[in-house]
Amino acid sequence: MIEIKNLNKELSGHEILRDISLTVNPGEIVGLLGPNGAGKTTTMKIITGFWQPTAGTVKVGGLDVVKDALATKQKIGYLPENVPLYDEQKVFEYLKFVGQLRDIAADKLIGRIKEAAMICGLQDVIGQNIGQLSKGYRQRVGLAQAILHQPEVLILDEPTTGLDPNQIVQIRELIQKLGKEKTVLFSTHILSEVQAICDRVVIINQGKIVGAGKPQELSSRLAGGLAIKISFAEKNDSASPAGGAQLAAIKNLAGVTEVKFDNGGYKIIATRDVRADLFKLAVERYWVIMELALQETNLEDVFKQLTK
Amino acid sequence: MRKESKLKIVKILIGKELEVYFNSPIAYVFIGAFLLAGNWLFFNYFFVNGQASLRSYFALLPWIFLFLAPAITMRAWSEEKRSGTIEFLLTLPLSDWQAVLAKFLAALILLALALTLTISLPLTVAGLGALDWGPVVGGYLGGLCLGGLYLAIGLFISSLTKNQIIAFVAGLAACFVLFIVSSSFVLTGLPATLATVANFFGAGSHFDALSRGLIDTRDVLYYVSAAWLFLWLNGRVLASRK
Repeated sequence: MIEIKNLNKELSGHEILRDISLTVNPGEIVGLLGPNGAGKTTTMKIITGFWQPTAGTVKVGGLDVVKDALATKQKIGYLPENVPLYDEQKVFEYLKFVGQLRDIAADKLIGRIKEAAMICGLQDVIGQNIGQLSKGYRQRVGLAQAILHQPEVLILDEPTTGLDPNQIVQIRELIQKLGKEKTVLFSTHILSEVQAICDRVVIINQGKIVGAGKPQELSSRLAGGLAIKISFAEKNDSASPAGGAQLAAIKNLAGVTEVKFDNGGYKIIATRDVRADLFKLAVERYWVIMELALQETNLEDVFKQLTK
Repeated sequence: MRKESKLKIVKILIGKELEVYFNSPIAYVFIGAFLLAGNWLFFNYFFVNGQASLRSYFALLPWIFLFLAPAITMRAWSEEKRSGTIEFLLTLPLSDWQAVLAKFLAALILLALALTLTISLPLTVAGLGALDWGPVVGGYLGGLCLGGLYLAIGLFISSLTKNQIIAFVAGLAACFVLFIVSSSFVLTGLPATLATVANFFGAGSHFDALSRGLIDTRDVLYYVSAAWLFLWLNGRVLASRK
């Protein structure tokens, strides 16, 4: 749905994007992750046609965003960073204005506004001036505006920044709901957000893509495999001889690449899921297992390592 | 896209601009200040002169517009840039020139509305004596043209900055220079060849001709093409954002 090929962007002599290539498939929710100033917003500004690429191409639904700007803009719903809205307008007036510009037929317009307002929970503020709304409501007005014309693609630039924890959860749920039918590309620097809602993560740093994949894949790839934690009733560490023997035995299992002592237990890195073998080994040796778990992926480590 | 729907987009954008003008105090303050300043200054001299003519009013008009036209346009682009709504606006399926044209026409409608509300002046004067309507019609036409040019200049300058105050002051200065260039005060100080050029390019001389009741298409054409130039420049500024 979105195809970015070798995208470069220079702004007053600075290289902001370097050779970005990225494809977002229909129905996918992709998170663009990166520290501030990495190029997330620039990428989005180019996809939405606000800026133009210095080199490379961006296609939305098979159409070039520079050559067929009007057609691609119509396919996209865009929530810019910090949600710029016209404070002097009322919510309803604003949505009507956007709907008309999006060429929604007059007889359908009211229905669409109602629908978008309902999805985004705007019923209570529909007659209010936008300037008087709280940050959370502004964000929802921005989202309602983006989905009003039922676009195939949603581009959301930091949709949860500045919201309180409850609002963040609501907006995330909304994005997940929308993501069932639409292609969503959103940016964030909050890692848990990516883990919570994305099918795929793309990590950008200093204008370059430094990692891409499913959240779990990314972290296991970085760690060199799956991380498994095991601990036994009898605590051992590197000082005890029994510990050394245990460590060696675990390391001998096929697929295990690395074993470390970890809080009286062991942290194992393996190329495959070796939990069944670990269990058999423990039974054989009469080690009483207290804990055996595939470790939660930790995107934070990945992020730190990739954006160092 | 069909031509009809292109114009429809301009119409929708004009509607939104007017909505913003009238939902905020801008329109009322503008119209109020315009009527107050114009009427008060005019009637101050009217009874002293004792002539049934609006000449002194139309002599004032360019000076009133000098302050009020940049006041209308100062926020037009600056505020969009400052608040970031420009990004929202220009990522909608519309072209830059539609946005520029809509802002201009909306401001022109506001200005025309204010001008229309001064119709009580000639009606009052006509009731008091024999009014020559030629210069009145010419004066209104000239006012609309000159005001339109000021608005186009103001819009262009507003597109260059995020700061409304700068947009206002720079707009005022630019309009002032363009107006004053063809005043007799400047012309007498210039060599003859330059004076002809200055007289042609200055906004004041064309207004004087119109407000004397000499309705010449060349004067109107001057305003239309000069306004067009600044709107085109405005469009270029928008396009250079990327």
